[in-house]
Amino acid sequence: MTRILRFLFFGVVVRGAILLGLGLTVRHRERLPTKGPAIIAANHNSHLDTLALMSLMPLSLLPKLRPVAAADYFLSGKVRSWFARDVVGIIPLERAKVRKGADPLAALEEAFDRGEILILFPEGSRGEPEALGRFKTGVGQLAVSRPGVPVVPVYMHGFGKALPRGSSLLVPFNCTVSVGEALFGGEFDGAQSRREFMTAYEARMAALAAAETVPDWD
Amino acid sequence: MIQWLGTTFDLPQHVVVATLAVWAVLVVATGIVLVLSARGSGDYRELIDRTASWWWMIGAFTFAIAANQIVAIVFLAIISYLALKEYLSLIPTRRIDRGLLLFAYLAVPIQYLWAGIDWYNMFLVFVPVWMFLLFPALMALRGETQNFLRAVGTLSWGLMLTVFCLSHLAMLLVSGEVHNPVAGGVGLLFFVVVLAQFNDVAQYVWGKLFGRHKVTPHVSPKKTWEGLIGGVLTTVAVATFVGPYLTPMDHAWSALAGGVIGVAGFLGDINISAVKRDLGVKDAGGLIPGHGGILDRVDSLTYAAPAFFHFFRYFFTP
Repeated sequence: MTRILRFLFFGVVVRGAILLGLGLTVRHRERLPTKGPAIIAANHNSHLDTLALMSLMPLSLLPKLRPVAAADYFLSGKVRSWFARDVVGIIPLERAKVRKGADPLAALEEAFDRGEILILFPEGSRGEPEALGRFKTGVGQLAVSRPGVPVVPVYMHGFGKALPRGSSLLVPFNCTVSVGEALFGGEFDGAQSRREFMTAYEARMAALAAAETVPDWD
Repeated sequence: MIQWLGTTFDLPQHVVVATLAVWAVLVVATGIVLVLSARGSGDYRELIDRTASWWWMIGAFTFAIAANQIVAIVFLAIISYLALKEYLSLIPTRRIDRGLLLFAYLAVPIQYLWAGIDWYNMFLVFVPVWMFLLFPALMALRGETQNFLRAVGTLSWGLMLTVFCLSHLAMLLVSGEVHNPVAGGVGLLFFVVVLAQFNDVAQYVWGKLFGRHKVTPHVSPKKTWEGLIGGVLTTVAVATFVGPYLTPMDHAWSALAGGVIGVAGFLGDINISAVKRDLGVKDAGGLIPGHGGILDRVDSLTYAAPAFFHFFRYFFTP
């Protein structure tokens, strides 16, 4: 039942709303992963980010797509929790208080073993609209521990104008999704591999961001 | 067959013939592009993208006029909406105006409603008077004065261009019905849309072949006097030929209308070029592969539609 709901939600509601309401310009769609395990690591400005990214992938991949989302936010409240878990299919991530000895990334490792594609927002929470925030290094840790899993950097622009944090008013704006070339944790084998990976990821995101000319807020 | 098509789709026979002619031109053009790209060594990617997009655009336009008048008006309204959305995405906007921008989108269905019910007086004043007065007032009530003038100016201008100017196509379709015994309102719509698009292509081809002297080197360096004059003369020639077939105008009036559409189309084109140059972007968007955004495609119509509408209304409406 929820499976059907999931397909209807993403196949009809999300795609329709994004097609008419937003209109996406996708640069290098062919760089998106076609099979798991893989990581899509994007910047985060809006709840629309996840939905837009998921709408870019073929519906047949939908069961494999798992957005990684903050447990404290998305598991609060019955309805929100059901919607986030069952319809959107998130993997909840504890971000505030991690118990000693518990690996917060263990659930993500299991997802890799199932061949799933993780959608990650290394900035953590939705940032100021259209400004790249600081990246948390968890994605680097994952990449290094799974050297063969591609990490695809994605820069998203405009979503923070259409539906910024703190607003429930969706205003139509054209949005851009720029897909970068995949990085592999295996390319970084120095002692500082995690930091090196993050530097490379940040550089790739900054380059994607620099290619956008459309204005932010005045 | 033409008679059967005409009665099946409730289209004037002359419009059916003209539509078939456009499709025939498209088939020939596609053949030429395919032969060129198969033989040539150059990069024909953009030309192929462009041609593929023409199939989609002409297909959608044919569907819209063949279905019925309401579908055609909704189709034109969607074009206005997409153009407005693209415009608002291009310009700097203030975060405080988010709600107002959502409200501004409402101007699209309302303006096309006036056209749909043929309420000419309201159609004429809704955007230039009422929206023009309403939005600055709402912005002032919000109390943010930083960049106020720029916010008011860009929004009003954008609404005029993408909603008011383009909606003349719908008004032509509806109000032209009774004034065009030859091919109805749809014949007039067909005449201005196809000629404005044809004029773009003709100016491009003439410019490519013979272009030497630039018209506006700072705004649109590829526009040349040779392209402009050759393109307009070609448009005049085609208009002279098809005008009497699709409109109540005789050869001389059709030629004049062709000139109006050709020159207005050029002005609309460089108008959007100036905006893009000001904002530092190459294309207004990425909606139509090979063409850029929707504004890049309808730029000439933003001028040609109202220019032809009022030309026709003044001389051919009692």
